[in-house]
Amino acid sequence: MSLDTPPTGCLHTPVLRERGQREVFCGLTGIIWLHRKMQDAFFLVVGSRTCAHLLQSAAGVMIFAEPRFGTAILEEKDLAGLADAHQELEREVERLLSRRPDIRQLFLVGSCPSEVIKLDLSRTAERLNARHGPSVRVYNYSGSGIETTFTQGEDACLAAMVPGLAETQDETLLVVGALPDVVEDQCLSLLTQMGIRNVSFLPSRRASDAPKVGENTRFILTQPFLADTAHALERRGAQRIVAPFPFGEEGTTDWLRAVAKRHGVMLETFDAVTAAPRARARKAVAAHAETLRGKTLFMFPDSQLEIPLARFLARECGMLPVEVGTPYLHRGLMEPELALLPQTVLSEGQDVDLQLDRHAALKPDLTVCGLGLANPLEAAGHATKWAIELVFTPVHFYEQAGDLAGLFSRPLRRRALLQGAAR
Amino acid sequence: MKLTLWTYEGPPHVGAMRVATAMKGVHYVLHAPQGDTYADLLFTMIERRNHRPPVTFTTFQASDLGADTATLFKRAAQGAYDRFQPQAMIVGASCTAELIQDDPGGLASTLGLPCPVVPLDLPSYSRKENFGADETFLALTRALAQPCARTKEVSCNILGATALGFRHRDDVAEITSLLRQMGIAVNVAAPLDATPADLARLPAAHFNVLLYPETGESTARWLEKTHGQPFTKTIPIGAHATRDFIAEVAALAGVSAKVDETNLRQPWWSASVDSTYLTGKRVFIFGDATHAMAAARVARDEIGFEVVGLGCYNREFARPMRAAAKDYGLEALISDDYLEVEAAIIAAAPELILGTQMERHIAKRLGIACAVISAPVHVQDFPARYSPQMGFEGANVLFDTWIHPLVMGLEEHLLTMFREDFEFHDAAGPSHHGGKATPAPAQILEPTPDAATQMIEAAQALAHALHWLPDAEKELKKIPFFVRAKARRNTEKYAAEKGVTQITIETLYEAKAHYAR
Repeated sequence: MSLDTPPTGCLHTPVLRERGQREVFCGLTGIIWLHRKMQDAFFLVVGSRTCAHLLQSAAGVMIFAEPRFGTAILEEKDLAGLADAHQELEREVERLLSRRPDIRQLFLVGSCPSEVIKLDLSRTAERLNARHGPSVRVYNYSGSGIETTFTQGEDACLAAMVPGLAETQDETLLVVGALPDVVEDQCLSLLTQMGIRNVSFLPSRRASDAPKVGENTRFILTQPFLADTAHALERRGAQRIVAPFPFGEEGTTDWLRAVAKRHGVMLETFDAVTAAPRARARKAVAAHAETLRGKTLFMFPDSQLEIPLARFLARECGMLPVEVGTPYLHRGLMEPELALLPQTVLSEGQDVDLQLDRHAALKPDLTVCGLGLANPLEAAGHATKWAIELVFTPVHFYEQAGDLAGLFSRPLRRRALLQGAAR
Repeated sequence: MKLTLWTYEGPPHVGAMRVATAMKGVHYVLHAPQGDTYADLLFTMIERRNHRPPVTFTTFQASDLGADTATLFKRAAQGAYDRFQPQAMIVGASCTAELIQDDPGGLASTLGLPCPVVPLDLPSYSRKENFGADETFLALTRALAQPCARTKEVSCNILGATALGFRHRDDVAEITSLLRQMGIAVNVAAPLDATPADLARLPAAHFNVLLYPETGESTARWLEKTHGQPFTKTIPIGAHATRDFIAEVAALAGVSAKVDETNLRQPWWSASVDSTYLTGKRVFIFGDATHAMAAARVARDEIGFEVVGLGCYNREFARPMRAAAKDYGLEALISDDYLEVEAAIIAAAPELILGTQMERHIAKRLGIACAVISAPVHVQDFPARYSPQMGFEGANVLFDTWIHPLVMGLEEHLLTMFREDFEFHDAAGPSHHGGKATPAPAQILEPTPDAATQMIEAAQALAHALHWLPDAEKELKKIPFFVRAKARRNTEKYAAEKGVTQITIETLYEAKAHYAR
């Protein structure tokens, strides 16, 4: 790209669409972080032993001793008679609620088997709501692999909550996406300093703090995978603030600026509030950028964060993305990101064997991929960053920008440290 | 429908993956939706395998369901053959694909692939992981084993080791070396590291060594019936069982049972005076039936523990497990519900738990020492060092790993003598586990309710009719934490037997005298 051409990024880049074996989680996986975020919620997957095993494996074999999630495992007799399956499910829920009186929100989560046998969880949810509401709110959504990819589970979950949110006519700002509490607090503090009031978060930490929504609500996404939630909020009359996602100094500044503009915050105020954290973020990123600059980057599709993160790694850390894969490309949400992303190969969906062939030919300096691929690629001589850490680590906003860059520089620094050791 | 928070076993197709991944030259085409690929990480992360499991997932989506998932399967199977050129292929369905009834076996046979294709029929809604592994190994063996002459020199096969097994890699190495010392060659070890060609020559061995009945017994039985190969019944875990195993093998092979025991250190480590303090320690044992039953024997007969609980999660082995438990005067716990296991542990008030990763979590919550003896496994169950469970080196390893979580012998005395010492006190835990060390709480006689006291309270609730007088309660708290549960239990048992409802200091010491060993 010559220096005097205005960058149009990847807005018009043709997308390589592939269909084959996918090496990604299903939407159930989102439960791992959602149940920590919503402290009075229980997630009941209606599925098979495979679903239970997935949750357990993705959670690192029981790192949480007292989980607020479980699986109602379908057995042969449930498949034989659906009417009985509904009854069985209600019985299991009754037992669960009586044993765990702390539960205020219960999510019935559909899975591949429950979708295939067309078990209607909305009917069950309705009946249970009639019985246990309003002290317990029962929702249902699908986290099945035949419909959702990894982080889409969070989207389905939040979208399911939107119709039940209380109505308000107040001017409010709703920040959407499950963030670690520390990040949520930082975000709120920045917005408050700019004089923005009536800020709420979806999901809230407790059911009693659930946000209200209405025609005077503006909302902004913190995660790039929340398309259905955005639509659901728009159906409630809320207006979306369009912005890149708050990763890195630039992403965070653009995100905050979009909010500030819509709220009529004075430029001086904006600068005063953001100057110090911006400088800190730049400084923290710079330390890692030394390791990352000029290195090629290959991203396998995983968490749907790939495009914003490639943008961050390219523009703030000087990396050279050679392929950016994403499970699915939602242009409506991704437009501001694509405009910023330097020219690269974009791929959507996956045929993992073909993608591995391309990867082997390109020999990138750093590969971002899921847990199933990381060690095999590492053993084949590639430095890898396993992508699941990106959804389990606080990475949003200014104070985490350095940590985010660090997640990518660490594998490279580690390789350098271990040079000479037997690999 | 059954509510499950944690499971001991995955679905049966994960068992099939354990066989496919253990072997070389096999490829598994699994009809499954997106997401089922999570199972890859079990092997690449937990076991740190440096290759992807040889599994192709067809990855069907909701939109395919109304259309043509059968063609999708055929395309995936053909593509997998073309790319990986396996010597043999297995095909099957995961739980979701089982519902859409595409018949992977039938579809694959229409492709006319130039390698044996073995269809698997694993009922996902009634069976589990071990069954899946056992059945897959059997299906492959039935399809591939060829009648052949016995080897000239006496030889055997080693059966049952899979990927993601508890120390299978090292057990196979240890038993191979033991057999070599006895002058017996290993014809084939399978599934771990075997190829389809190796399975073809399984019948050349004179007999079979079955190490893991959970994943190899069906194959061993089939080989016995079809190819006349007897198989060993003793699982060589512990010094005694290893000697029995040697005798069994010697009889089958017609060789001498004399084996050099120079490197077997466990019996002396156990007999040496430092180990006296291990006498009668209460141990609760739970895992797969094979490992749990073997551990019970080692615990009682080789280390001198008292086995206070014994059970397994695999119902298929309920019968031998119940028989084994009787030998210890116990009722076996057969359950795959970890809450039930937890309740049994609380009731038994053990000082040590030998269990799986599940019991490790229970132990952590209750503040009880624990060592892992069986699958399900986690990353720490795949140590870099050589660490078998079987054979003489395995016996050494068992001693070390089971004793390590406990407070050391002399330290126990210090804890007993100086209960309020700033260094040796209840909350400090074993001194060689740095992470637990904490400063002594200010009021040592009134410790804050920790997991251990909660456990005691739970045990107390069981003894509902009994009432501890405050002085007796206070005296009980002076007893070190690692024997307190036993003291409470013995006192309550004694009181109940004597018809006493109010427990005084005298009751406590009378019970102590009564149970004195």
